[in-house]
Amino acid sequence: MTITEPGTQSAEDNTNAVPTPTDNLNDHKPNGFGRMLRKEDPRLVRGRGQFCDDVQVPGMLHLAILRSPMAHARIVSIDKSAAEAHPKVKAVVTGADLAEHNLAWMPTLSNDVQAVLATDKVRFQHQEVAFVVAEDRYSARDALELIDVEYEWLDPVIDVRQALAPDAPVIRDDLEGKTDNHCFDWEAGSKDDTEAVFADARENGIVVTEDIVYPRVHPAPMETCGCVADLDPVSGKLTLWSTTQAPHAHRTVYALVAGLPEHKIRIIAPDIGGGFGNKVPIYPGYVCSIVASLLIGKPVKWMEDRTENLVSTGFARDYIMRGEIAATKEGKIRAIRTEVLADHGAFNGTAAPVKYPAGFFGVFTGSYDIEAAYAHMSAVYTNKAPGGVAYACSFRITEAVYLVERMVDVLAYDLEMDPAELRLQNFIQPEQFPYESKTGWVYDSGDYEPTMRKALDMAGYAELRAEQEEKRSRGELMGIGISFFTEAVGAGPRKDMDILGLGMADGCELRVHPTGKAVVRLSVKTQGQGHETTFAQIIAQEIGIPPDDIDVVHGDTDNTPFGLGTYGSRSTPVSGAAAALVARKVRDKAQIIASGMLEASVADLEYEAGTFRVKGDPEQSVTIQDIAMRAHGAGDLPEGIEGGLEAQICYNPENLTYPFGAYICVVDVDPGTAEVKVRRFVAVDDCGTQINPMIVEGQVHGGLADGVGMALMEMISFDEEGNCLAGSLMDYLIPTAMEVPDWETGHTVTPSPHHPIGAKGIGESATVGSPPAIVNAVVDALKPYGIRHADMPLTPSRVWEAMQGNHTPPI
Amino acid sequence: MSASPQTAESNARLASEETAGGSVIDLAFTVNGAAQQVRVEARRTLSDVIREDIALTGTHLGCEHGVCGACTVLVDGQPARSCLMLAGQAEGSEVTTIEGLARPDGTLHPIQQAMMDAHGFQCAFCSPGFLMSAVALLDENPEPTNAEIREELSGNLCRCTGYQSIIAGVERAVEIMRSDDADTKTDDDAEGATS
Repeated sequence: MTITEPGTQSAEDNTNAVPTPTDNLNDHKPNGFGRMLRKEDPRLVRGRGQFCDDVQVPGMLHLAILRSPMAHARIVSIDKSAAEAHPKVKAVVTGADLAEHNLAWMPTLSNDVQAVLATDKVRFQHQEVAFVVAEDRYSARDALELIDVEYEWLDPVIDVRQALAPDAPVIRDDLEGKTDNHCFDWEAGSKDDTEAVFADARENGIVVTEDIVYPRVHPAPMETCGCVADLDPVSGKLTLWSTTQAPHAHRTVYALVAGLPEHKIRIIAPDIGGGFGNKVPIYPGYVCSIVASLLIGKPVKWMEDRTENLVSTGFARDYIMRGEIAATKEGKIRAIRTEVLADHGAFNGTAAPVKYPAGFFGVFTGSYDIEAAYAHMSAVYTNKAPGGVAYACSFRITEAVYLVERMVDVLAYDLEMDPAELRLQNFIQPEQFPYESKTGWVYDSGDYEPTMRKALDMAGYAELRAEQEEKRSRGELMGIGISFFTEAVGAGPRKDMDILGLGMADGCELRVHPTGKAVVRLSVKTQGQGHETTFAQIIAQEIGIPPDDIDVVHGDTDNTPFGLGTYGSRSTPVSGAAAALVARKVRDKAQIIASGMLEASVADLEYEAGTFRVKGDPEQSVTIQDIAMRAHGAGDLPEGIEGGLEAQICYNPENLTYPFGAYICVVDVDPGTAEVKVRRFVAVDDCGTQINPMIVEGQVHGGLADGVGMALMEMISFDEEGNCLAGSLMDYLIPTAMEVPDWETGHTVTPSPHHPIGAKGIGESATVGSPPAIVNAVVDALKPYGIRHADMPLTPSRVWEAMQGNHTPPI
Repeated sequence: MSASPQTAESNARLASEETAGGSVIDLAFTVNGAAQQVRVEARRTLSDVIREDIALTGTHLGCEHGVCGACTVLVDGQPARSCLMLAGQAEGSEVTTIEGLARPDGTLHPIQQAMMDAHGFQCAFCSPGFLMSAVALLDENPEPTNAEIREELSGNLCRCTGYQSIIAGVERAVEIMRSDDADTKTDDDAEGATS
């Protein structure tokens, strides 16, 4: 098949498209790419999905976790006798009990360790201290109140800026020889080259510096985390229904942690109610459930409540960044430099490729062609929940893009330049691709200016600036914010990227049944992205079997090939490529079988949309369905060809894919209340070839709402004693339909040159790209107050403080 | 554990008196048209009874503190947070859940069809709440404006979609219902003409 040339894909931009009954909703039921209604929806709109908490196994017991009320404390004693005496309680287990089996600690995905249940001391508020297993969920919760724990208060480290102070309490005294709270240091780029450019710019150009905080936020998927663990005492086989985005990776980790043989572990990820990275790590609750089932010999269910989800599972961001740009007085960006202090909480629970402790933050040079760049990061432990990579961040690209896109606006402010013009004159040019950045990333393809121009046109940029000028003259606060992002997604090439030693490749298996129907088995797992639809479309595009005739199996380690799972927008870049290539493998075999059926040489056949024809004699043809029956039927096959029509591959990506986009946000700020209203949001994305534009648009919409949440509302904050102040959805505010505008979306198409169908990831683009556009808009609205920067979340009170000249970074 | 018999006994008494669940009630109500009789702890929520005792797991629990709206069901036609309602409060009521929206022959409710057409949901964990809230809205106001839909659905949280596709789904449901009404009317007129 041919890859769509840039700009030639003709799908309409779905600007506020509301389908009407007369529209063709299904693009003629595309036998390949195009708008196609989701195959998973008929069950989901009927309430017939099966989410983890819907799993009921006969004899199932319920597990509840006792959590620490303090952020930092020594455990003096635990009395569990009253809980054990509860008539419906089957077991009460503490860290000391687990330690007897060497199960009190487990590895994190970053080669740190994390307590399953605290033994020596607790290191963050709501850390897991004990668990109860009871006949029902209510009784399990009741019994938690009967456990008596005596704690000895220790001073906590809450302010990350104080974590490395010489007199700071040492949090991780479990690590041998640890005398401070240092977690790791990381750097990228050239320190000396960058300093040379900065020195020159200080003399002959301009240097801008700004302190920028990306506060701690939380993915808060609508479904919390949980599992049902069923360890069969006879066969020794563990079946774990689990809210996991990465079932295969989890299976291997459980095998390593618990010493269970890997073939005796089956992970089933049923329907997942949103992941956003929150369901990548292995949480103590999963391990506790497995241990409980092992101890008691019965299936055990554990489901977090919302508070547990918010206070103890994978958070995101929490970077304190100093950004610097060196430029000419005409606005040519020459170098970018940053110093970052990263809060990793009590355990380094970040999920990132081993060689990338700061994730892919190294792409902080953005979409700009510059002379030099340098980043240095110190990561520290604090008495806060562990995590780090979550909330659709593309492995820290969210932080990187926010830094550079905020800093470009800071430069525009000081140069009194238009922020759109400033970006346009600094873009990497199309002929420079593949482009190696100054931090060593090779951008696969890009054509930035048309994407930017399209966004400016859709927004009516010149008219907006005129309206703003007119409104400013009347004292009204209107802001226009721009961001232009480039992501690096689809981890990743196994020579560079692994998680706990597991290479980040993905398998795919395709079987065509005798009647020409098919099953495709994936190593990745949807959490709402529509894999059951798009992967059927990829196969359909390649071999012509209609998507409705293709069953997509995923989320079950016993029935799918190995692979690293769905996060970091990697499903389409990695597994999507695997699906296309496995289908081509099947097609190649089908062509050989067809040559026998048509009595023509393989080279004399041409393929189009599920049919092989003899060149020059198009009447002579067979369909993929005919071939499938022949492959399984009686009669001879060409020499050397086995029966059956199936294939399997493991795809190792050659490079990451680099989607990009231009976002423009328009806000109005109430001068009386400082409330920010997002009036318009224009998003033009380029994710290369689109498999299903309807699903691409949905991915973008969701990420844009994430951006509104982070920029204006969301923050996981703590008081000075380490109490988490965002433990409910009344305290941790996420956007409703009232806070978001009608999204105006468009796209350009610049295919990835190394991906078999030219596709790039899209799952996180909008989450990455939208926060800087919104913050830039708010800061632009506040220009009459002389404000150059204000930190998220831009709540009315924080905006009001900024307007009074009292803006302080969030703690 | 090596607690003395007296301690174990007193602990058990403490447990049963203070925290072992308390009184049990018998409850009769209707769910999706079917009569239900259950015996449950008085403290049990309506959502738990629907999901666990009656095994209708289409109703979801997203927060259990009344904010996210995923657990919304109709109680006597009115939307209610089933996580905040004790099952006992539903005594004698007619409860409708997402499983009760399609007709017995499997034909989808227009709002269900419309949400599929508009790609309304992604992970769809929030979908039971949105669907039930939307049904309640359309029962009350068959021609809501975009602003009215946003306002009415602002008590339901979604983390995947950015809401626009859900709003579009409700708008599409309005059109489907309008055209269904027109069809019914045309059929009636046609029948009138031939009789």
